[in-house]
Amino acid sequence: MSERRGGMRGMPIKGQAEKKPVNKRATILRLLQYMMHFKWWLFIALALTIVSNVFAMIGPTLSGRAIDCIAEEGGVNFQGVAYYGLLMLLFYLGSSILSYLLSILMVHISRRVTLRMRKDLFERLADMPVGFVDTHPVGDLISRIFYDTDTINTSLSSDVVHVLASIITIFGSLIMMLSISPKLLLVFAVTIPLSLVITTFITRRTQPLFRLRSRKMGELNDFSEEMITGLKTLKAYNQEDNTLASLDDLNEEVVTAYYKSEYYSSVMGPSVNLVNNLSLSLISVFGAIMFMHGNITIGNISSFVQYSRRFSGPINEIANIYGELQSAIAAADRVFNLLDEPLEKADAPDAYPLTDVKGNVEMQNVSFGYEKGKTILKNLSFEAKQGALIAIVGPTGAGKTTLINLLMRFYDIDSGRLTVDGQPVDELTRASLRRAYSMVLQDTWLFSGTIFDNIAYAKPGATREEVEAVAKAAKIHHYIMSLPDGYDTVITDDGANISKGQKQLLTIARAMLVDARMLILDEATSNVDTRTEVQIQQAMRRLMKDKTCFVVAHRLSTIRHADLILVVRDGNVVERGTHRELMRMNGFYRELYDAQFS
Amino acid sequence: MRFILKYLHPYLKRAGGGMVSKFLATLTELFLPWLLARMLDDIVPTKNANQVFLYGGIMLLCSLIAWVGNILANRVAASVARDCTRTLRHDLFGKITRLTSREIDRFTIPSLISRMTTDTYNVYRMIGMMQRIGVRAPLLLVGGIIMTMSQDPVLASLLLAILPFMGLIVWFISKKGVPLYGVLQKNVDTLVRVVRENMNGIRIIKALSKTEDEKKRFQQINEAVAGSETKAASVMAINSPTMQFLLNMGLVLVVVVGARRVSAGVTGTGDIIAFLSYFTIILNAMLTITRILTMYSKALASSRRIEEVLNAQEEEALGGEHEEVPGAPHVEFDHITFSYNKKVPDVENVSFALQRGQRLGILGPTGSGKSTLIKLLLRLYDTDQGAVRISGVDVRDIPLEKLRRMFGVVFQNDAIFRGNIGENVRLGREISLEDIDRALRDAQASFVAEKGGIEAEVVSRGQNLSGGQQQRLLLARAMAGQPDILILDDAASALDFKTEAALRAALREGYHQSTVITIAQRISAVMHSDLILVMEDGQVQGLGTHEELMENCPLYREIAQLQLGGNEDE
Repeated sequence: MSERRGGMRGMPIKGQAEKKPVNKRATILRLLQYMMHFKWWLFIALALTIVSNVFAMIGPTLSGRAIDCIAEEGGVNFQGVAYYGLLMLLFYLGSSILSYLLSILMVHISRRVTLRMRKDLFERLADMPVGFVDTHPVGDLISRIFYDTDTINTSLSSDVVHVLASIITIFGSLIMMLSISPKLLLVFAVTIPLSLVITTFITRRTQPLFRLRSRKMGELNDFSEEMITGLKTLKAYNQEDNTLASLDDLNEEVVTAYYKSEYYSSVMGPSVNLVNNLSLSLISVFGAIMFMHGNITIGNISSFVQYSRRFSGPINEIANIYGELQSAIAAADRVFNLLDEPLEKADAPDAYPLTDVKGNVEMQNVSFGYEKGKTILKNLSFEAKQGALIAIVGPTGAGKTTLINLLMRFYDIDSGRLTVDGQPVDELTRASLRRAYSMVLQDTWLFSGTIFDNIAYAKPGATREEVEAVAKAAKIHHYIMSLPDGYDTVITDDGANISKGQKQLLTIARAMLVDARMLILDEATSNVDTRTEVQIQQAMRRLMKDKTCFVVAHRLSTIRHADLILVVRDGNVVERGTHRELMRMNGFYRELYDAQFS
Repeated sequence: MRFILKYLHPYLKRAGGGMVSKFLATLTELFLPWLLARMLDDIVPTKNANQVFLYGGIMLLCSLIAWVGNILANRVAASVARDCTRTLRHDLFGKITRLTSREIDRFTIPSLISRMTTDTYNVYRMIGMMQRIGVRAPLLLVGGIIMTMSQDPVLASLLLAILPFMGLIVWFISKKGVPLYGVLQKNVDTLVRVVRENMNGIRIIKALSKTEDEKKRFQQINEAVAGSETKAASVMAINSPTMQFLLNMGLVLVVVVGARRVSAGVTGTGDIIAFLSYFTIILNAMLTITRILTMYSKALASSRRIEEVLNAQEEEALGGEHEEVPGAPHVEFDHITFSYNKKVPDVENVSFALQRGQRLGILGPTGSGKSTLIKLLLRLYDTDQGAVRISGVDVRDIPLEKLRRMFGVVFQNDAIFRGNIGENVRLGREISLEDIDRALRDAQASFVAEKGGIEAEVVSRGQNLSGGQQQRLLLARAMAGQPDILILDDAASALDFKTEAALRAALREGYHQSTVITIAQRISAVMHSDLILVMEDGQVQGLGTHEELMENCPLYREIAQLQLGGNEDE
C-alpha cells in the first residue's frame, strides 16, 4: 500500500474528516435538477399518489353515509347500507391497486436513479487523475458510490412519496372535515399549534444529540476496526486490558450519547399521540353536544373522527421524514462533490498520438511537487537513448516513484521539458503515451477473474497461446497448471489465494504481453525470492531487450549494468553515471553500495 | 435469544416496570374508542350535557395517563438498552482480545470487526425496540380484539376471520423476499469489490488504457445490483396495499353486518363507530409487527454471530510457576512440528538453541515457515509436537502475560495506531521519555525530528508515514522496552542499506543483553549473526554461522552468490 501510494508521501489524506458547510438549498436544487432526467416517470408517480389517496379519502365519507343509513329514523335502510358498502369496497380496492402500482413504479424509478447516479459517479472516478485516488481513502469513495446513492434513493423513493401522500391526506381530510362541520373543525385550532410546538421543540432539542451520537458511533467503529486489525501486536505487548479500558471509555460515551438522544426523542411519539387523543376527546364531546342539538348526524361524527385520525397522523410522520431527508441531503452533497471534482486534464485539442515509438526519453530542467510550494524534483535533466537502461536508486522516500509518475503522466510536470522521441509529452495523447510503456509495479494488482483474464488484460483479444507463452517466460506456467482449474482458476479477494511472489510473476507475465518500446520496473521483483528471481532473470532480460528501461531498485546488485544510474536523495539527483564511475566517485552511491556488505 | 436474555437479566426488574407502565398506557388508550361509543349510544339519547363533559373528562384523563406512561416506559427502555449494550460490547471486545489466534483465523478479522460494530448495534436497536413497540403493538392487537369482542362478538369475529389471511401474506412475502435480499447482498459485494479494484489498480488501468472497459465492467454489475433490488422490492411492495385492503374489507363487512345487528337491536350505532376506530388501531399494530419482525430476524442473526464469538476458545492465561533451569539455553526449539490446518505441517522438526545475548538470523523464501516460528515462540499458536523453552521452561508453563513481557517484536506488516509517535512507541507500557528517545535514535528514526518530535500526529494505519518511516517507528516500539528477546520479522526491508547498517550497529552496541532474532530475505541482514537458520518449505536446510553455511549448505551458498555475487570483482 505504502509503495503504491508512494506519490503522496507527506500529503494530507482528504476524506470524511474534512468538513465544509453544506449549502442545503444549492444541494436540493441540484438534486431536483438531477431528478428532471426522470420527470415523466415522476409525473406519473405524482398523479398515482394523488388519485390513490383521494380514493382512500372518500372511504370514511362512505362509511359515514352507511352509518347514517343504519341510524335512519324508523329502522335501518338496508338498501342504502348495501349501496354504500359496495362503493366502499370499490374505492378501497381501487386505492389498494393504485398504491400497489405506485410502489412498483417507485421501485422502477429508484432503479433508474441509482443506476444513473452510480454510473455517473464511477465514470467520473475512472476519469479522475491518479492524484485524486492517491489522496482519498478508498473506503470513502466506495461509500459515496454505494451507500450515499442508496440513502438518496431510499429517501427519494419512499420519503418523497410519503410526504406527498401526507400532504394530500392532510389537505384532503381538512376539506372533508370542513364540508362536514366547520364548527367541529375549530377543535384543531387548539391541537394543531400544540402539535407543531411540541414537534419543533423536541426536534430542535434532539438534533444536536443525534449528530453527536452518530459521530461517537463512528469513533467507536473506527477504534474497533483499528484495534482488531492490530490484535496480534496488542497481544504481543500485553495490551489486552489497556485496550479494553479505552474501549470502555469510548463505549460509555456512545451509549450515553444514545441514551441522551433517546431520552428526549422518546417524548415525541407519546406526545403526538396525546395530541391525537386530545383531538378525539374534544371531537367526541363537542360532536355529542352538537348531535344532541341536531346539528350533526351520527354518521358525520363517525366520518369526522376517522378523518381527524388521518389528519394528525401525517404531521408526526413528516417530522420523522424530515430527519431522513436531512441525511439524504448530506449524502447528495457528498455525491455532487465527487461529481464536481476536476477530471484529468483533457488532452490538448491538437494532441496527436505517439506513433512509431523508438524510445528516446529526455528530461530537461524538470521541476515538480505534489503540493504547491513543496518541490520534490528540482531541475532534473537526463537523456535515455533508445534501448538504454536507466536505474533510479536512493534511500526510501527520496522521490524515486515520482519519476515514474511523471514519465507516465500520472502527474504533470510543473516546469521544464519532458520529451519522447523529441516530442513534448503534453502535445501527445495520454493514451498513446501510456501504451508506449510496459509497467511492473511493486504493488501487484490483480482483479477478481480468471488467471487467463488477468494476464490477457494487457492485450485485448490475446490468444491462449500468447498467454501461455508469456506465463512460461515468467516461470509461472508450471504453477498455474498445478492449480485444479489451470488458467481458468478464479482469483478472489485481490489474490488472497495465491502468494505474493506468484502474484508478482503474474503481473510480470502481463507486462510481457504489452508490445511497448519502453519499460518501467518499480521494485518489480521485491516480492520474489532470490531463487525465483534468478529463474526469471532470463525472462526479465527478454522483457527488457531492445527497450528503454527505467528501473527503480533497492538491490543495487541488479542494476550494476545500467547505462545510467541516477542517485536520488531528498528529491535531488545527487549523483549520476555508470556503476564504475559512481564507485570511483566515492560518494553517496558508494556508501549505499558498501552498506550492503558491511 | 436466550443469550440476550442473560444480558437483560440484571435489568429485568427495571425493564418489567417499564413494560407495566407501557401496558397501562396502551390499555388506557384502548378505552378511548369505547368511551366514545358509550357516549354516543348511552349518554346522547339522555340529552345530559354534564354526563358528556364527564365522559370527555375521562377521555382526557386517559390520554394524559397514556402520555406519561409511554414516555416513562420509553425512557426506561432506552436505559435498559444502554446498560445491556455497555456490558455486551465490553464482554465482546474483551473476548476478542483474548481469542486464540486459531479462532481469529477461523472468524477472520473483517468478520470480527463487523460483529463488534454492526451486530452490537443491531442488538442494541432490538433491545430498545422490543421493549417499546414489541410490547405496545401486540397489546394493541390483542387489546383491540378483546375490546371489540366484549362489545359485539359477532362483529369481532369478522375481524378475527381476516387475521389468518394477513398472516398468510406476511409468511408469503418473507419467504419470497428474504432470499431475494440475499442475492442482492451478494451483488452489492461484487459492486464494492469492482470499485475497490479500480481504485487500487488505477495506475495499471490507465497505463493500459482500460478505463472504458472498466466502465463497462462496472455498468454490468451496476445493472445486476439494480435488477436484484427491483426484484426484492417488488415483492415487498405487495405487503402494505394488500394488508390495507384486507382491513378495509373488514370495515365494509362490519358496516354491512352491523346494519343487520343494529336492526335486530343487539348493537348500537356508536359501537360501529368505535369498531371503525379499533380497526385502524389494529391495522397499524399489524403493520408495525411486520416491521419489527424483519428487524427482529436481523437482530437475531446478529446475536447469534456475537454469541458464537463469546463461546469461542480463549488463550489460556494460566500456567504453573516453574523455576528457570540454571545453565539452560535462553531460547530453545526442541523438535518443533506445527501445522495451521492440522493436515500438512507448516514447519517440521525444527531445533535450535540460543544463549542469552546471541543473535539468530532466519533466512528463506516466502512461505518457508520463518514467521511461523516466531508465532510459536510468542505462543500465538501452540506447537503440535516438540517444545519451545525459554530458560529451560516450556512456554506453555509460563503465564501468558509474563511470557509476552519478555519480548519486543516487529511483525511483518505490523500495526501502527492512530495517535502520536510517542504513543505508538510506548503502546500503553510504562516507558520513560528517555527510553522512547533512545529507542527512536537506535531505530534510526531521525525523521521524527522533522515531523515535529514525538508529539507528531500519526493517522490510522500510519498512512501519513512512508514505508521506511513506519518500519523505523515499529523498530523503536520493539526496542523501547529493552526486551530480553527482540524479534524483527522482515522489519528493515523498506530501509536502504545504509540505514540498515546503522541499525545493525545500534543493535550491536546497545542491546548486547538482548537475544535477537532477525527474519529476512536479504542475506546482508543476517550474515553477521551468531547463528543462521536456513528454512525452505518448513524444513531446516541449514544451521550454523555464515562461514559454516557457505561451506555445507547449498541453498545458502546459492542465495549468497546471488545477492552478494558481484562484490569480489570490483
